[in-house]
Amino acid sequence: MAAGVLQLQRQLTDYTASLFSEFNQLQQLQDESNPDFVVEVVYVFFEDSERLLNELAKTLDQQSIDFRKVDAHVHQLKGSSSSIGAQRVQRVCIPFRNNCEEQNIEGCLRCLQQVKQEYTLVKNKLETLFKLEQQLLAAQRSMSTI
Amino acid sequence: MGLKMQSHQSLAVRLNEQMGTKRGYTLIQSYRAWLPKFLIFWVFLMAILSMFIYNGMDADNKVRRKEVLSSMCDQRARMLQDQFSVSVNHVHALAILVSTFHYYKNPSAIDQETFAEYTARTAFERPLLSGVAYAQRVVDSERENFERQHGWTIKTMKREPSPLRDEYAPVIFSQETVSYIESLDMMSGEEDRENILRSRATGKAVLTSPFRLLGSHHLGVVLTFPVYKSKLPSSPTVEERIEATAGYLGGAFDVESLVENLLGQLAGNQAFLVNVYDITNSSDPLIMYGHQNQDGDMSLVHESKLDFGDPFRKHQMICSYHQKAPTSWTALTTAFLFFVIGLLVGYILYGAAIHIVKVEDDFHEMQELKGRAEAADVAKSQFLATVSHEIRTPMNGILGMLALLLDTDLSSTQRDYAQTAQACGKALIALINEVLDRAKIEAGKLELEAVPFDLRSILDDVLSLFSEKSRNKGIELAVFVSDKVPDIVMGDPGRFRQVITNLVGNSVKFTERGHIFVKVHLAESPKAMMNGKSESTLNGVPNEDVLTSGGCQFKTLSGCEAADDRNCWDTFKHLIDDKEFRYGSSSNRVATNEEYVTLMVCVEDTGIGIPLRAQDRVFMPFMQADSSTSRNYGGTGIGLSISKCLVELMGGQISFISRPHVGSTFSFTAVFGRCKKNAFDEMKKPKSEDLPSGFRGLKAIVVDGKPVRAAVTKYHLKRLGILVEVASNIKTVTLSTKNGSVTSGRNIMHPDIVLVEKDLWISIEDGGFCVRQLDWEQNGHMFKLPKMILLATNISNAEFDKAKAAGFADTVIMKPLRASMIAACLQQVLGIGKKRQQGRDMPNGSSFLQSLLCGKKILVVDDNMVNRRVAAGALKKFGADVDCAESGKVALKKLQLPHCFDACFMDIQMPEMDGFEATRRIRQMESQANQQMNGGPAVEESTCRKGEWHVPILAMTADVIHATYDECLKCGMDGYVSKPFEEENLYQAVAKFFKS
Repeated sequence: MAAGVLQLQRQLTDYTASLFSEFNQLQQLQDESNPDFVVEVVYVFFEDSERLLNELAKTLDQQSIDFRKVDAHVHQLKGSSSSIGAQRVQRVCIPFRNNCEEQNIEGCLRCLQQVKQEYTLVKNKLETLFKLEQQLLAAQRSMSTI
Repeated sequence: MGLKMQSHQSLAVRLNEQMGTKRGYTLIQSYRAWLPKFLIFWVFLMAILSMFIYNGMDADNKVRRKEVLSSMCDQRARMLQDQFSVSVNHVHALAILVSTFHYYKNPSAIDQETFAEYTARTAFERPLLSGVAYAQRVVDSERENFERQHGWTIKTMKREPSPLRDEYAPVIFSQETVSYIESLDMMSGEEDRENILRSRATGKAVLTSPFRLLGSHHLGVVLTFPVYKSKLPSSPTVEERIEATAGYLGGAFDVESLVENLLGQLAGNQAFLVNVYDITNSSDPLIMYGHQNQDGDMSLVHESKLDFGDPFRKHQMICSYHQKAPTSWTALTTAFLFFVIGLLVGYILYGAAIHIVKVEDDFHEMQELKGRAEAADVAKSQFLATVSHEIRTPMNGILGMLALLLDTDLSSTQRDYAQTAQACGKALIALINEVLDRAKIEAGKLELEAVPFDLRSILDDVLSLFSEKSRNKGIELAVFVSDKVPDIVMGDPGRFRQVITNLVGNSVKFTERGHIFVKVHLAESPKAMMNGKSESTLNGVPNEDVLTSGGCQFKTLSGCEAADDRNCWDTFKHLIDDKEFRYGSSSNRVATNEEYVTLMVCVEDTGIGIPLRAQDRVFMPFMQADSSTSRNYGGTGIGLSISKCLVELMGGQISFISRPHVGSTFSFTAVFGRCKKNAFDEMKKPKSEDLPSGFRGLKAIVVDGKPVRAAVTKYHLKRLGILVEVASNIKTVTLSTKNGSVTSGRNIMHPDIVLVEKDLWISIEDGGFCVRQLDWEQNGHMFKLPKMILLATNISNAEFDKAKAAGFADTVIMKPLRASMIAACLQQVLGIGKKRQQGRDMPNGSSFLQSLLCGKKILVVDDNMVNRRVAAGALKKFGADVDCAESGKVALKKLQLPHCFDACFMDIQMPEMDGFEATRRIRQMESQANQQMNGGPAVEESTCRKGEWHVPILAMTADVIHATYDECLKCGMDGYVSKPFEEENLYQAVAKFFKS
């Protein structure tokens, strides 16, 4: 059982290490006093990002596109993703904004696709991470009960 | 540095302005398109002006010509008139003669002969008359009688017997010149008849209109005068006159020939054309003289009235020039010259204007190019800075991973590879840092701090950095700071340290034997040094003296020759002497008077030196002496150029003296602020490493044959408060200790410590002299045994044992000497000062941050929810009480006074109201509140700290480069932290406000 926990732990650290470095920074902010901080922030990020992505999709779908609105959304997305440490999302946001400035609809749509893709990637990764953490927690708990 | 930044910005602004106002820059510039038009206009103007000039001059000429003409004309007219009236008068007289002698005398006294005789003789009186004749009035009834009496019949003008008429006027007397008209009836000619009738009616001379005269066929007029038979009443009527008429005296004016004659007498005749007209019938002037169609200049004529005495007839004289007015060459030339000059002036002005325009255009172009070049330069530096920064981030990752890798189990080969990779990575990072530094300096982004720092401890630190290397190489590394240099100076310790590190690092790299000596003194000293130098050369002794001493050839730190002999003992001594000489009085005075202190730092080594041909490009970036240097010694060669920049930023200059295979001496000056006494007392604590004060009052003897080295040792000991005496060999020491203060003549005491240089000891050892043989014991019962300490650059184990055996049981201090290290050794030896505080926290730990932030109420303003949460989380982690606001407006509301926030973290880029704007409003609000508070009664003291509202606002921004500090400060912010938060950064920003 202990071996299982250890294995899980190693898996978790490896996985965390494989994630972006900023995320580690985020994790550093979490301590005993605020155990759910990361999860909370990340879920806020998910929520916010999904809202923004929807908004973006909707805005870009319209006949006359309000590029300023799109830009504002992308800016938001960029900010929050950089805060989370989702640098790949953030990086795609830069050409997105450039396209927006040039009012390049095709480019914007392409970037939106990319952002969505990156976002899904991040989301999957983070969810996996949380799952692992929960598994670890459960294993630890079961161990301690034993 | 801030100034420099501003100048960059203002340059850009200026550039823009110049672009904006490029047209209309000067008067000429703004009308450049008009220039050719101006030229054409000018030419026209000149043409018109010269035309005017010509016309003016011409008009003058004309007026003169006209005046001449009129005067000439008038003169002629008057003459003609005078002559005429003279003639008329004479005819009048003749008429009276005839009436007197022909009618009043009976029988008549006049006959044809007499008349002819008389008139011929008086003809000179009547120059204008070709001849005179008298015609008698004969009524038809008397005709027969008359004809009989005279013997001829009355004939008409056509020489035919006259037909019957009421009256006749046959000529009875005539001048010889006109004798052909005798017996002709004057009444038969139309003109004559009219004349006769008119003259007898008026009783005056009358004239005919001009006609061709009989005989001569010249144009002429006939003058007729009535002759009355009897005396007339005083005012006779016309009938009375007719009744009284007896005959008519007539004269023919041969105007043509006469006028010709007259004019011939006058000067300037040829130039004029004179016409005389009878203008009685004004619509049809009859010509009396001259030709009707003459090719004279009809443009200019003058008319003069002629009065020939007949009121019925009007005459006039018309004069004109024969030739047209000659073109006035003077006027023409003057006008032409004026035009040419005007043209030239215009062209010159035009040329000048064109030139000005061209020059200004060029100037603008140059300026633009210059601006672009500067912008490009700045862009380059910025690019470098950015790229370096970007490279640094992944490099950190690489290095970190390598470090982790090295922690794992690796085979020796793998470890070797990994270590190599790590070393390379570190070298790369160092290079990048240097490039970044340089780029920053060039981009004007590097700002020097001005904080108080302890120069000596920094130098000690640098020395300790290189102690390992120097020890391995066996190089003597030492630092000496003149006593006049203040303990604490204001400046940028990091940059100062960087320069020193760079110079010392270079020296260490290129030196294989001898020494590296860092010396700091006030830049005012050179005067004293000069004195010292001249003295030493005057003496001429030192060289010989040094040479004879064999072992050490030069009086430098290690005895090796140095490139710059300023550091050798002879001048160095003066520096110290000078210092000691003025110690009490003058240096203090200087210290209080001046705000800045200029330090002279020399780094002397005895390395390979710099080849002469490479010496002039030492400070150029990426330039090493030659390519082989980098092969042998590595390095990028950027360090010195950075050092140069830094030194220049510190207000100094860097220079060097180098001799190949002898060594180099780099020296630079730097300006630092002096620190106020009270200021550095409080600042001293966190910055300078405290030296233990437990050694104050101890006495030490330094035994060293080399005075420079002894001075260095003395300097370090002095810093610990130890009184130092220098002895050149051990014998002196023993002597002085034995005989007490008597022989040395000084107040020397029994030493607590004796420090002996290793090479001195070795030489003693070789001479068979043992320290133990120093008979301390003899006097030892009176004094405590002094501690024996050996000073060594490097020492082998065998030597160490030997030293121990020789009596240096106490300790060996390894060079390079540092005050703190000596202190530690002495503590160990003397067993004092152990109470030195341990484990003092560096104040940048998270615990410190926690203590700062704990319990503080902080408002985080960010429109991005995730960012807000992260920032709040970070701050909460340090125990802060965090409140959030999602926009500038909300923040404004929350910060309505009074509030209880201790600080505010503000995002800059926010929709609606950005961070700058929000801050501005908050500050406005606060200042209003403060004013009210100051004006009105005090509000509750509890709500306002220090009586002034000013909540610290820190900007949160992801890009530190663009969001310049200036911008933040301008709108009233107190600082900024970069996102995401890093402890260090956060600490620095926050520490300013929460000093507990």
